[in-house]
Amino acid sequence: MKARAFNYVRASTVVEALKAFEDAQDDASYIAGGQSLVPTLALRLQAPELLIDIAHIPALRGIELQGDWLRIGALTRHFEVLSDPLIRLHAPLYSEAAPHVAHPAIRNKGTLGGSISHADPASEFPAMTLALGAELEIAGRDGIRRVPADDFFVDLFQTAIEPGELLVAIHVPVVRSGHRWAFHELARRRGDFALVGCGILAEFSGDVVEHVCIAFFSVGSTPLRARQAEEALIGKKLDQVAIAAAQAIVGDDLNPPEDEHTPPAMKRHLARVLLGRLLGEIARQDV
Amino acid sequence: MGVLTPLDRPNSYIGRSVPRPNAKRLLAGRGRYVTDITLPRMLHVAYVRSPYAHARIVSIDAQAARKMPGVRLIATGEDLAKLCTPWVGTMDHFKGMKSPPQLPLPIDKVVWSGQAVVAVVADTRALAEDAAEAVYIEFDELPAVVDIDAARDPSAPVISPELGSNLCFHGKIDTGGVEDIFANAAHVVEEEFHFGRHTAVTMEPRAIIADYDVSEAKLTVHHATQTPYQFQDIYARHYGIPESSVRVIAPDIGGSFGMKLHMYHEDMAVVGLSMMLGRPVKYVADRIESFVSDIHARDHRVRARMAADTDGNILAMDVEDVTGIGAFSAYPRTSVVEGNQVYRLMGAPYTFRNYRADLQVVFQNKVQMSQYRAVGHPVACTVTERLVDMIAEKTAHDVFDIRSRNMIADDAYPCTSPTGYQFEALSHHACLAKVKAMMNYDGLRAEQAELRTKGIHRGIGIATFVEITNPGPAFYGVGGARISSQDGAIVKITPAGDVHCSISVTELGQGTETIIGQIVAEHLGVDRDRIKVMTGDTDTTPYGGATYACRGAGIGGETALQAAKKLKANVLAVAAAILQDEPDRLDVQSGWIVEAGTGQQRIELSEIARIAYFRSDTLPPGTQAQLSVAHHYAPQGYPFAFTNGIQACHLELDVETGLVKILKLWVVEDCGRVINPLLVDEQIRGGVVQGLGAAFFEECVYGDNGQLTNGSLADYLVPMAVEMPDIEIGHVETLTLDTQLGAKGVGEAGTAAASAAALNAINDAMKPFGGTIAQVPMTPARLLKALGHI
Repeated sequence: MKARAFNYVRASTVVEALKAFEDAQDDASYIAGGQSLVPTLALRLQAPELLIDIAHIPALRGIELQGDWLRIGALTRHFEVLSDPLIRLHAPLYSEAAPHVAHPAIRNKGTLGGSISHADPASEFPAMTLALGAELEIAGRDGIRRVPADDFFVDLFQTAIEPGELLVAIHVPVVRSGHRWAFHELARRRGDFALVGCGILAEFSGDVVEHVCIAFFSVGSTPLRARQAEEALIGKKLDQVAIAAAQAIVGDDLNPPEDEHTPPAMKRHLARVLLGRLLGEIARQDV
Repeated sequence: MGVLTPLDRPNSYIGRSVPRPNAKRLLAGRGRYVTDITLPRMLHVAYVRSPYAHARIVSIDAQAARKMPGVRLIATGEDLAKLCTPWVGTMDHFKGMKSPPQLPLPIDKVVWSGQAVVAVVADTRALAEDAAEAVYIEFDELPAVVDIDAARDPSAPVISPELGSNLCFHGKIDTGGVEDIFANAAHVVEEEFHFGRHTAVTMEPRAIIADYDVSEAKLTVHHATQTPYQFQDIYARHYGIPESSVRVIAPDIGGSFGMKLHMYHEDMAVVGLSMMLGRPVKYVADRIESFVSDIHARDHRVRARMAADTDGNILAMDVEDVTGIGAFSAYPRTSVVEGNQVYRLMGAPYTFRNYRADLQVVFQNKVQMSQYRAVGHPVACTVTERLVDMIAEKTAHDVFDIRSRNMIADDAYPCTSPTGYQFEALSHHACLAKVKAMMNYDGLRAEQAELRTKGIHRGIGIATFVEITNPGPAFYGVGGARISSQDGAIVKITPAGDVHCSISVTELGQGTETIIGQIVAEHLGVDRDRIKVMTGDTDTTPYGGATYACRGAGIGGETALQAAKKLKANVLAVAAAILQDEPDRLDVQSGWIVEAGTGQQRIELSEIARIAYFRSDTLPPGTQAQLSVAHHYAPQGYPFAFTNGIQACHLELDVETGLVKILKLWVVEDCGRVINPLLVDEQIRGGVVQGLGAAFFEECVYGDNGQLTNGSLADYLVPMAVEMPDIEIGHVETLTLDTQLGAKGVGEAGTAAASAAALNAINDAMKPFGGTIAQVPMTPARLLKALGHI
């Protein structure tokens, strides 16, 4: 299929982009890497009058350490996430997830900000944004605001970004000593959307779990945290008993939709298996 | 010095791994596929499709669409029915078979979701799609017949009421004695198997340009197909155009696998649209359209049982196959061939004589199902080989031992299968022994036992198979289908001593042109790089059946061989006249006429050609040089050249997640004379990958309302390189004596048994857990169920 005809402008600043959107009376889409948007245009699932190309706005670029936070520009491409040393050092769950994101051709075009603002519940980066406790910098006509990841993912493909607003950067609190993490996903083919995936960031005091964030994807209408499983681990040594307790309750944390290809019972089972494996991996990591 | 082999003779190309001469051109982006062709004044068509699986068409409103920019024509089923006569996908040798008449576009009802209803022709495809959105069709939805059992329920809606039921064909085979054997057998195993629908997903989608020239009343069709003459016949007959005024050109083809030899409604409509407009009209199926209009394959439920004596000697098989084919049988090859091969190939490698089978082919509101690579083979092979493994388990035999105990002995040929297939010569035992050595079977078993203690669960599965190749007229011609079992070649020598060969078999990316070049080079006696092979054009190649059912090498190759020999005799006759020698004292080697005994060069072939063409006055009176020959060949002798082989699959099952890592696959195959080992091995590897796709990934899943629920490449999983194992291939060569070439087909061998070997391997891996599976694809959900996790 061919996309319906649309107009195209290239914005060189955030203000210019916001203005173009406003002028189009909201019948517009921002385009950066286009890896999710273009297929929906080709299938005529979306047909905006105007595409605003934001891929050349310098303010959306760059990866920079700012005190205890790592600022990652929204235009950072997946392949940069995969290879960037600052991300590897300070926001390692993004680096761990990146090899599982699609295939090289897509990673060369797709952007981190695009993935997070698209908020596909089966995507790796939105869930890792939760796991890392990141904050999302959003530009709108009233200026800039920062939204914590926990408040960002609202519903299926819905985020705190209002129509016309633009995700500018992702701010990640840098990992410290005492942090341990693990990522894995179960997928039928390498590069596919996962059947179930999970990233965990845990902070230890000695061998006791002080704080933990368990973020799942492909198990509901948004990426989501397994709060009850987290609760079950806090204050505990990460031994067999604690892991089993978290596994026992994690099914209740998840809300997989009815799907004849992967029924909810299967998703819950796989989530339990995956959680057990990841927590086991964290337990084995040297502090 | 090493030992000399036949390959050390001059011009010895048969048996040599020579690369494809056209590969570089295609890799350089210089291929010319139908999609690449732009003709002057060419228009594009988009189709408005049915959102319902079964519905009456109440009304069609195209008023607004007709006024859209660039729109040249909007045509309905009624418009095209004025030009095109209906077609019926039946063949006479399937007794009692029925199927409703079909038209390019439907007139009063739709019978599957995605069926094209209205054609919108515009200056560009995008404009045509814009206008298609403005066509309003009112449907009255009818209950959809989806499930194969529901289709046969007397209370079910009948999709074509004029046929009386949803049963397309009912076939039975019974050698007698089966009931008694099962009643008294020491061991009986039985299972219900499910084979999902899948589809071809060729790299190049279906594509066609019809160009009707009103001034000469001539039709030229550029068509991505593997069978140009078949479509010449169809277009001529159904549009009432003299056959000689219809030219079908199949340029470069990006894969076909049987998918591109069926009549598709959109393609037939394009011809009519071009006739209505007097302009070329192009249609390219996009990926979403391909999923709901390309043929699907398989879709069988088989209940089968096997009886054996106390020692594990197989005594009999009893089989019931029900297969769903969509709302009609495909044209012109019918949708019964798949089921027919399923129930005739069951148990083919084994010696038992008592067999009973029942085949029911039913209509349903889905995309048409028809021939796809390895037609019927994977179903017959999986059922047979799983039952054999179950007998092995019951009688405590190893999977290799049970097979060597029961397979037809390599020196027992010729013989006949219980279903009447005649085997000239097969090599089951030689293949079995070879694969066992290649895979280090005993080592793998030891490793498996050790890893099981560590919680790692690997499985080993084998599957032996028989493949139908080189079909003669028994396949289609006897059933009344106008599909040639004969092929033809024209070979000519140019004044420079180069060689042109135009031949009716076709190149689909598999290397037909390469092997034809090898055969002509060897048997004419010239260097291969001086031979140009041309295929795929009804105006420039002789009439013939083209490439399907593994006949390109065996039949096309033999045609080329005999043509080359005929031409060589002509060359030698002229050479003898010029050299004042006897033809039988001369030979042609590397483009030279040589002395047969010594190989001493006498005169160059180009010199013969120069004299023949430019200085015929210097030839003895009465000498008319014939440096072009036309030659046809159709198989006689055995109706089919059966091949055989065995596949072995080694894999690791994650018993907690149901995910599978395929570790390795081995194939030992006997396709007779191997013309080009490189191409044969790649044919097998490609086939294996398609078989593994069916085993683990590919399935067209329908909802209860007859909607395809995974019709995109995001949801329909094709096997990818990362998931595919190394595939190691060995050969046994048992030549067919029906031809001078001795080659049989090989294109379907890989697909025939890969899913069976994989299914046996999975069941082997699951053995410690007691679960079993008899369904493909073996998805994680199904495996988790078999393992009792969900």
